[in-house]
Amino acid sequence: MIGTGISVNSITARRRHPLARYAVVALALGLLGGGYAVAGPGSSNADAAIASGKADDVAQGKSLFVAHCASCHGLNAEGTAKAPTLVGVGAAAVDFQVSSGRMPAADAGPQAARKPTAEWVNEETIGDLAAFVQSLGGGPTRPTAEQVDPTMGDPAKGGELFRANCIQCHNFVGAGGALTYGKYAPPLNPATPTQIYEAMVTGPQAMPVFNDSIITPDKKRDMIAYITHVRSQVDPGGSGLGRIGPVTEGLVAWVVGLSLLILAAIWITAKKRRAKA
Amino acid sequence: MDTTPKPIAGVSTFLDDRLGAGSFLKRNMRKIFPDHWSFLLGEIALYSFIILLLTGTFLTLWFKPSMGEVVYSGSYQPLVGVKMSEAYASALNISFDVRGGLLIRQIHHWAALLFIAGMMVHMLRVFFTGAYRKPRELNWLIGVGLLTLALLEGLTGYSLPDDLLSGAGLRITEGVMLGIPVVGTYLTFLLFGGEYPGHDVISRFFTIHILLIPGILLALISAHMILMWVQKHTQMPGTGRSEKNVVGAPFYPAFMAKAGAFTLFTFAVIALLGTFAQINPIWLFGPYTPADISAGSQPDFYMGFLEGSLRLMPSWEINFLDHTVSLSVLIPALVPLGIVMTGLALYPFIEQWVTGDRREHHIADRPRNNPHRTAIGFTGITFYGVLWLLGANDEISANFHISLYETTIVGRFAIFIVPAIAYFVTYRICIGLQRSDQAMLSHGVESGVIKRLPHGEYIEVHTPPMEDIADHIRGKKEIPVVESGEDTDGIPPKGARTALGRLRSKMSQAYGTDHIPLEEGHGHEEHAAIGAGDHSDGHKDGH
Repeated sequence: MIGTGISVNSITARRRHPLARYAVVALALGLLGGGYAVAGPGSSNADAAIASGKADDVAQGKSLFVAHCASCHGLNAEGTAKAPTLVGVGAAAVDFQVSSGRMPAADAGPQAARKPTAEWVNEETIGDLAAFVQSLGGGPTRPTAEQVDPTMGDPAKGGELFRANCIQCHNFVGAGGALTYGKYAPPLNPATPTQIYEAMVTGPQAMPVFNDSIITPDKKRDMIAYITHVRSQVDPGGSGLGRIGPVTEGLVAWVVGLSLLILAAIWITAKKRRAKA
Repeated sequence: MDTTPKPIAGVSTFLDDRLGAGSFLKRNMRKIFPDHWSFLLGEIALYSFIILLLTGTFLTLWFKPSMGEVVYSGSYQPLVGVKMSEAYASALNISFDVRGGLLIRQIHHWAALLFIAGMMVHMLRVFFTGAYRKPRELNWLIGVGLLTLALLEGLTGYSLPDDLLSGAGLRITEGVMLGIPVVGTYLTFLLFGGEYPGHDVISRFFTIHILLIPGILLALISAHMILMWVQKHTQMPGTGRSEKNVVGAPFYPAFMAKAGAFTLFTFAVIALLGTFAQINPIWLFGPYTPADISAGSQPDFYMGFLEGSLRLMPSWEINFLDHTVSLSVLIPALVPLGIVMTGLALYPFIEQWVTGDRREHHIADRPRNNPHRTAIGFTGITFYGVLWLLGANDEISANFHISLYETTIVGRFAIFIVPAIAYFVTYRICIGLQRSDQAMLSHGVESGVIKRLPHGEYIEVHTPPMEDIADHIRGKKEIPVVESGEDTDGIPPKGARTALGRLRSKMSQAYGTDHIPLEEGHGHEEHAAIGAGDHSDGHKDGH
């Protein structure tokens, strides 16, 4: 080969090596498998779990599922009249719903509310459950720690995306808002960065899905950076009054401002001039 | 005068000879002002207005009323590098990079809220005490004009920073203007200088907000004050007070001291709010782009009733000759505002027409003594209040977990039912209070002393009310009723012959009839008669 310092003869010689055919097959398999693992339709967790001897997770997950989820979602997660199928929702959906306490649902309201998690819920059981649901039909996987690290995002860019995509339901600082038929956009303050990311990729309940082709993972991280920055910000103007805008401001103007002034007026006029006796 | 130092005496003589200041002051410094806490409510608005002028001037030194696009590079990190209008960037600059800027901005905004809230409670006081009656109708009209202008002043003011929230208000303003039949489109293009949002509206609002409306406000407030000064303030009924005198403290020194103290109180409360309560955090809203809108977008409180009427309105529209008339925007924008403002402006004249009352009034009515007026006032308050409340129906829904649609449906009924209930309830309360007044005059006040009579009956001793309280009650004045009775030939008087005339006399009858005439009678109450002898000591101590 010209310029590489390797003679054509030596390449030819190696090509004829008895082990070469095995090496080629191994390389092809490796590329194919690796490529599939990277670019394949999101089933890496289950495959990886099975491949790396974590098949136990799936089995564990299944038993958790049967105990806590199957009554509504069906024994094989096929869905029932009460709840949708979980085939294809992915590990991200499981992690979002279970870690935020929304699942297992308490009652059949218009929307499952965030609540303290059940006793059996922890990192490990969520992982098992997620692995099981992931093994059923793939779906969005859980983000890596790097993908949701607010310090690596650009809050200014994230703010623009946040205003364009989120605030019409979640309010300008993520204080939440009302939706139709008893549904609501919950406040974003208690959500962890991971949960915010997962909500975007899975679109829980009334929320639309913001998949990676609409908002790339980098942009999602920018948005997380904005949300976490703004919510941790100390209000420079004093009490934020719930950060829901002019409603509480008006309330304070009347209840605090005007009341104080009326009290002052009453106090001032209560002092009568005494006629000199 | 002999002891006056020469420099002062010289200057005052100089001024006196040229301006006649001495006699002017002598006449006006002794002006008497009656004392009642509710007479100070208008002053809340007055002093807030002064604060608005001062802080507003400060803000204009840094605010740039331009919609030219800039890239923000100030000290608020989450917006660095974001494109925005110069107006918004300069408002951020005032908030974060001008020393004391945020405090002044917040004081300005809180003062604006208290300015309008103060006007509202002042107006309610004037309404419920009938202080708008002859000869003060014109001053009442000036007041209605001031309130209307103040709403406009507020709207143009909070639109200036060009943040996302104010943009939502601007968008609704545009929608309402577009909804006006025939001329709507032209008006919108005129205001915005082209397609919404254009490049002109902020600078135009700026001129309107800092020059045009404040100028008119200042002129009208001066007229309002001068008229009040010349016509003298109304007073509450009480001992020694008549339609011909004013009982109270002289302007100098007593009233001036009180007014000065109240000025400081107003400054203090507004400064307190500006320091400890964040208002209009424009940095959280972000810059305005017509594509974005936030949940919980609300106007300032005084526009809330318009927001509510818009939210309650069903989506009606009619097509007339290929032109759409959007009733769903026109009705909520114009009807409630029209009812409230026109109703306020016309009320003195309607009342005069109904009662035929052409007398001058300088003694204020106690609200209970004109039950129909008070009931009408509360009907208006609840009408306004329901709309105002429903303007925040998304916050009510989100924070109290009530379905959003339920609030809308309940509101659509409540807007008609609740004011009607309020009318009835207020009327009954007024009658009840009149009854208790009447009972106090004729039976006296419960003394808490129980007596046992020789035959075993227990009674509570009543003592006559204190003289000033009794005089306050006795200040009740009859409401005139127009002539409606038929004469001996069975012919009704001239005015009552038409359908309108008959309606008028019916309304007059209802409005003016005194159901609980005061009587000082001591006929049928043995309680006070028995108690009076033993307990006149306690009674006398009160004087």
